[in-house]
Amino acid sequence: MSMDRRKFFHLATCGTLGLAGASLPIVRAGVRGSWLPSGEALAAKRWAMVVDLKKVLEKEDSAKLIKACHSAHNVPSIDDPQEEVKWIWEEHFEEVFPEQSHEFLPESLHEKPVLVFCNHCDNPPCVRVCPTQATWKREDDGVVMMDWHRCIGCRYCIAACPYGSRSFNWRDPRPSIAEQNPSFPTRTRGVVEKCNFCEERLRRGELPACVEACEHGGLVFGDLEDPDSEVRKLLRVRHSLRRRPGLGTKPSVFYLVDDVCEDTVKEILGEDLQEANGR
Amino acid sequence: MYDAGKVIAGLLIALVLFTLPVLYHVVSGESVAIEKLELGVPEGVTECVRSADFMRREHMHLLVDWRDAVVREGKRIDEESGFRMSLTATCLGCHQKSQEFCFRCHEFSGVKTPYCWECHVDPTGSQ
Ligand code: HEC
Ligand code: HEC
Ligand code: HEC
Repeated sequence: MSMDRRKFFHLATCGTLGLAGASLPIVRAGVRGSWLPSGEALAAKRWAMVVDLKKVLEKEDSAKLIKACHSAHNVPSIDDPQEEVKWIWEEHFEEVFPEQSHEFLPESLHEKPVLVFCNHCDNPPCVRVCPTQATWKREDDGVVMMDWHRCIGCRYCIAACPYGSRSFNWRDPRPSIAEQNPSFPTRTRGVVEKCNFCEERLRRGELPACVEACEHGGLVFGDLEDPDSEVRKLLRVRHSLRRRPGLGTKPSVFYLVDDVCEDTVKEILGEDLQEANGR
Repeated sequence: MYDAGKVIAGLLIALVLFTLPVLYHVVSGESVAIEKLELGVPEGVTECVRSADFMRREHMHLLVDWRDAVVREGKRIDEESGFRMSLTATCLGCHQKSQEFCFRCHEFSGVKTPYCWECHVDPTGSQ
């Protein structure tokens, strides 16, 4: 049998590739396993949070909600505002809703503290800019996730987020964590972090820590795609705001505002507020 | 072959020089056996999440697979063992409750301590 050089090289190349291909499953076999979701996990097509401003302001203890979140997730408490790390905190109404505020709103409203956290946007700008896919929107339930194993600390996401929902670890967070919770890892210096909608608690069948810490239903959590869910019912009957609607990010966090100024209105209109409001 | 005697003698000398460390121990009879590391078996259990042999070879790959399954795919249970996939709760739950288990073997094998403990919290509080 005779074979020219060209043919020999062809055969040799194909043979080598074939062998390599055939051995791949052997190399990988035995390493991987298969994984199951948890039977008890809470599921939704798109998780959403409704913040009842008046209830949170008057009935809930915001400090308690914040503490519940921050201790569940080992969020360090650093006093220096340049370096602080936060998942949930308060800001003035005016700063939270710059597009919906104007100078004729009741003065008492301007400075009202509003609970804010990651909006888990339907169209999240942070995800678009992340070069390593360390942050991404989970397709099945809309949670904007963080994979701390992948974050390289470039901070593009911090620049992209219009809500300031992301914090950077400028220093080792561990010394600033009063009591480390072994069930959730801390972060290290050089990674970004933010609220994860308690993705790890949902997996275990539990509601987010801040929602659980509410004693009067100030925060309501549920499925935005389910027309019968509690959040959808509230959005149907109450007047709600989303932050910076003009940006098109479509937050999954809503704020009920129709009754925040009830007291002021009461003062002006007297006691027959119910009539004045027509409800 | 020219100078066969010189060439062969030179080769022999080179051979002895290269194998000197081995020959030294053969001649002196000094023991070079490495001590065995006794990690011990966690109390009350007999099996790991895979065979012990597999774990010795592949635990780093298994951990990375678990990490991706949990964080990126939202899974929670390892089908083969039925355990929840967690570095601290599961692995350390059996193994001495502490990263000491991992650390002792890594130190013994000359492996750089993995950076996992910079974030994952050792339940005993040791850093
Ligand atoms: C149910 C308890 C249990 C859990 C959970 C567990 N192990 Fe083990 N592991 C064992 C036992 C028992 C052995 C000894 C098995 C043997 O010698 O046959 C062992 C052996 C090992 C060994 C080999 C040690 C040696 O002596 O050479 C390694 C490495 C290991 N485990 C790592 C892990 C890792 C990593 C995890 C988490 C992914 C884990 N184990 C989870 C019980 C457990
Ligand atoms: C029986 C000895 C042994 C035990 C016990 C052991 N390891 Fe290892 N581990 C090794 C060796 C050896 C390597 C390096 C393998 C290599 O480089 O190919 C390694 C490598 C690793 C790596 C990859 C390191 C890197 O830099 O790429 C990780 C992660 C790891 N081990 C985690 C653990 C954890 C977590 C535990 C405890 C639950 C543990 N190991 C217990 C022997 C052990
Ligand atoms: C920058 C911090 C950081 C480092 C470094 C890190 N992890 Fe994680 N890891 C996390 C966080 C935070 C979670 C929890 C994510 C969640 O539940 O959504 C996690 C979750 C996991 C999980 C699944 C859940 C659990 O409880 O264990 C595994 C497995 C895991 N990591 C393995 C590793 C291994 C192996 C290493 C080292 C090679 C490592 N991680 C290094 C932050 C880190």
